[in-house]
Amino acid sequence: MTTRLFGEPVRRREDARLITGQGRYLDDLGAGALAAAFVRSPHAHARILDVDVSAALDVEGLVAIYTWEDLPGALAEPLPLLIPHPALTHGRTAYPLAREIVRHVGEPVVMVVARDRYLAEDACALIRVGYEILKPVVGIEEAVRGVHLVHEDVPGNVGAHLVQEVPGHGGVTAREAVEAAPHRLEFRLDVERSACTPLEGKGVYARWDADDGSLRVYSSTQTSTSVRMAIAAKLGLPLPKVEVIAPDVGGGFGVKIVHPWPEEILVPWAARLLHREVKWTEDRREHFVSSSHERGQVQHVRVGFDDDGRVLGLEVEILHDHGAYTPYGIIVPIITSTQLLGPYKVGAYRVEFSSIYTNTVQVTPYRGAGRPQGVFCMERTMDKIAAYLGRDRTQVRAANFIQPDEFPYDQGLTFQDGRPLIYDSGDYPEALRMLKELIGWDSFAEEKARAAAEGRRIGIGVGCYVEGTGVGPYEGGHVQITSDGRVHVSTGLTSQGQGHETVFAQIAATELGVPIEKVSVVTGDTRRFGYAVGTFASRAAVMSGNAIALACRKVREKALRIAAEALEADPRDLEITDGKIHVAGVPSASIPLATVAVLSNPLRYAFDEEAKRATQFAGPASDDRPPVAEGEEPGLEGRDYYSPVRSTFAAGMHAAIVETDPDTAEIRILRYAVVHDCGKLINPMIVEGQIHGGVAQGVGGALYEKMVYDEHGQLLNASFMDFLMPYATEVPRIETAHLETPSPLNPLGIKGAGEAGVIPVSAVIASAVEDAEGITIDRMPISPSDLHHLRLTR
Amino acid sequence: MKPPPFDYHGPATLGEALDVLAEAGPDGKVLAGGQSLIPLLNMRLAAPAHIVDVNRVPGLDGIEAGPPGVRVGALARHAAVERSPEAAAALPLLRQALRLVAHPVIRNRGTVVGSLVHADPSAEMPAVLALLGGSVRLASRGGEREVPAAEFFTGPMESALRPGELAVSAFFPALPARSGTAFHEVARRHGDYAVAGVAAAVTLDEDLRVAAARVACVSVGPVPVVVDVTAACGPRPAASADWEAAAAAVRDRVEPEGDIHATADYRRHLTGVLAVRALRDAAAAAHGEEA
Repeated sequence: MTTRLFGEPVRRREDARLITGQGRYLDDLGAGALAAAFVRSPHAHARILDVDVSAALDVEGLVAIYTWEDLPGALAEPLPLLIPHPALTHGRTAYPLAREIVRHVGEPVVMVVARDRYLAEDACALIRVGYEILKPVVGIEEAVRGVHLVHEDVPGNVGAHLVQEVPGHGGVTAREAVEAAPHRLEFRLDVERSACTPLEGKGVYARWDADDGSLRVYSSTQTSTSVRMAIAAKLGLPLPKVEVIAPDVGGGFGVKIVHPWPEEILVPWAARLLHREVKWTEDRREHFVSSSHERGQVQHVRVGFDDDGRVLGLEVEILHDHGAYTPYGIIVPIITSTQLLGPYKVGAYRVEFSSIYTNTVQVTPYRGAGRPQGVFCMERTMDKIAAYLGRDRTQVRAANFIQPDEFPYDQGLTFQDGRPLIYDSGDYPEALRMLKELIGWDSFAEEKARAAAEGRRIGIGVGCYVEGTGVGPYEGGHVQITSDGRVHVSTGLTSQGQGHETVFAQIAATELGVPIEKVSVVTGDTRRFGYAVGTFASRAAVMSGNAIALACRKVREKALRIAAEALEADPRDLEITDGKIHVAGVPSASIPLATVAVLSNPLRYAFDEEAKRATQFAGPASDDRPPVAEGEEPGLEGRDYYSPVRSTFAAGMHAAIVETDPDTAEIRILRYAVVHDCGKLINPMIVEGQIHGGVAQGVGGALYEKMVYDEHGQLLNASFMDFLMPYATEVPRIETAHLETPSPLNPLGIKGAGEAGVIPVSAVIASAVEDAEGITIDRMPISPSDLHHLRLTR
Repeated sequence: MKPPPFDYHGPATLGEALDVLAEAGPDGKVLAGGQSLIPLLNMRLAAPAHIVDVNRVPGLDGIEAGPPGVRVGALARHAAVERSPEAAAALPLLRQALRLVAHPVIRNRGTVVGSLVHADPSAEMPAVLALLGGSVRLASRGGEREVPAAEFFTGPMESALRPGELAVSAFFPALPARSGTAFHEVARRHGDYAVAGVAAAVTLDEDLRVAAARVACVSVGPVPVVVDVTAACGPRPAASADWEAAAAAVRDRVEPEGDIHATADYRRHLTGVLAVRALRDAAAAAHGEEA
């Protein structure tokens, strides 16, 4: 019997390459290419008066300088607004190079191409841009006052406004439900800005083939197929003349799903114009000031509840800071406002958000994509209800859970994919039971008392979430078995280190009955697979995993059909073991898949010994059937697509024990426990790795990371020295337990896992610090300095 | 993030290095470990016309430890000093402080003397030199001079080093018998520059009463802030010394500023907390040495 690889903790096949420096990242390519660099706005809001390049012209090795005025046709238009929405009444996007107005520090104004990056930066330093400073709009409160405008034609700086309301029993509104409830609470919450900050920034490398009129572009992107279409459209090239490849990518976390970035169309344009290879590699400061941020929100909450803590009515108003532009629409606040409900059923719900322009870097999804803010809101609410009623925090949550027999559960809202928010499956009471056991919830009070007797302060916190994963519209897979018996899998979405080479190979090896060593996987290369959406929203395993499984099933069916003929057996009696097709229970009557691959492709010419078997005089063949039967294609390959009706909903619950220093106010995480349910596990080791990475980023958001803008719109901490991404030393050991409630929506029964770890961490740490200190925590992240001052105002 | 143009010099002898530095004058910058200089160059925050790489100059990597103290050469890496048993025996504070300096990979390249010349008031080694009353030896084509710590650190990122001079070594004097030291700091992340930090040295008399107690504080002033708290502690046995009074004296002396990581008030508070911890541990170490 073939080893069943699906579900096994197979070691990551890509790691040997990646950790020994054999990875091919963007900057490893194009050693001889010209280098691009950008003059970026030093001001948050200003009018460009003039650009004086004269001093830069003397730089030896300078090749070209471009401003907006130089851009032809569609390149001179604003960048696309990728996800329009009726509520986004005032969507605005930037130009590839600024036209007249700059709206945040870091916006590209001038593009320089030179022999190398050093010289390009020398030239940048000599270009003088004259600006008339305009009043910058910084901070949500300043923006909603609407005194100064980010865009002259957007009144009140409001880009979008959306209300969703789910009435309670008997059509009662949330307002009515809150008013009628036995108990009410009202409060405000603040979440700071953070950002993806992948260790590899963005990068683009373009090669123009003048004779062929074709362009090959490498981009550190999360969507090569869509970048390809954008380049073809912006440069007026036929789609078949453009290929885009995502090489090894050193992290994405959302920022690289946005496209086309200005550089993704400017660099190929320059390559074509100059007939030279051109490359741009983003540096760290550029990434901080010109890529995307996320998270920043202010939330106003009113909640009404009964004596058991059951939420009868919930009203939430969200002010969402989306920065200067809205290329990715309003996906982030939509996710916040819908996923806020988590594993709970609330009596009546009303959520209203305004998405607000400020003169800061644009906001687009970062791992979690609006969920950490929503979960922070809901979980703070649960803790406040528990505190008000004097009840255990987990009891209040349990009182509000959707029960296992209530699936599919319709929350009555419209989700980010435009589909109804219907949870497909889950078991929240069991997840909570497992979590309490894992962390020792019920015995913590004694532990806390013991610590207090030693003068130590410890606290425990909990947080629950539901994550809609695997959003559509589709992904595809192509599987080909060649005459050497190797299995070649390709899918269009891209990889940024998730382990796709391993999990997709596990799926193919399991479906086809071949050793995993025979399977190779290619992702994100439009030469291999042209149709795809991209890697985001915890969707790769669900979407491409299922598409690859379906493609494998097609190949398997064809292989069995051919083998049945050769073995004179019924295909229903055949199985594949270790790369050989044989009659079930009769291993001797077998034919290798390699041979089936040969037979699948009728040949006239033999190029090796194996190929001889498929040539026209090789063996008996029917004289009255064409060599390729009707409805068949030569070759042992298959292609299929997976397109779900809606998202599948993963869930999880985290708990932490923290210690706060009574004197220094330092906060240390003593234990961190995760119960995670992403349906059927393809590879538990990789899922745990995803959780660890997510929790690490969550710890960053809870205790360390914020984007600090001053009143002039200058980002004060645009480096890893002052933007405090946690080191390994700041990330606790993570204890994990898995629950598997399969998704009924897809053939493999899986749900996404990519973002899960990050989502509830701020809520969990706030809960734990509050428990340790007895101080209300309504704002994250929290630093020792913050905690010190909270103590003083207690 | 590429440096502006500069001329690179790789002198093979001390004399050659001093000649190049003399010619370069204010446009010259010495490269030793490069852990601060290279980022400054890459961010174009510094644009020296001449980089003088002293890594090939022989004889500058010495660590000489003896009863008077420890002399550390310009090319002695943090890691080498941290791991030197002789240096640790002569002055335990060196190892106590070096373990708090950044991360192992940075300590493998960065130099103690480079850190002193960089004169960052948030750095540990300037505080150690200031606490111990050490000195830096500066060489130029005209000769050598030994500058005491109190005169060497002149402001944030500013030292008494003149154009044309190379800091060839630093001397950390040993403490008297029955002395102990400790270094406590709070950083936002492991290995970051401290939000606040206190190095303490306590010396006991023959009756094991506090004879001298001194602290040096980081990140709370333009230069390392040295406070003699002997009087505040009172000439009492270490176990009953009034460390809280000492901490109050320290809090009064420091002049912290707020930034994005911590308010000035928190830094002042923290400096007091860390002063108590460092003084108590230093006194305990002084006791231990006696035992």
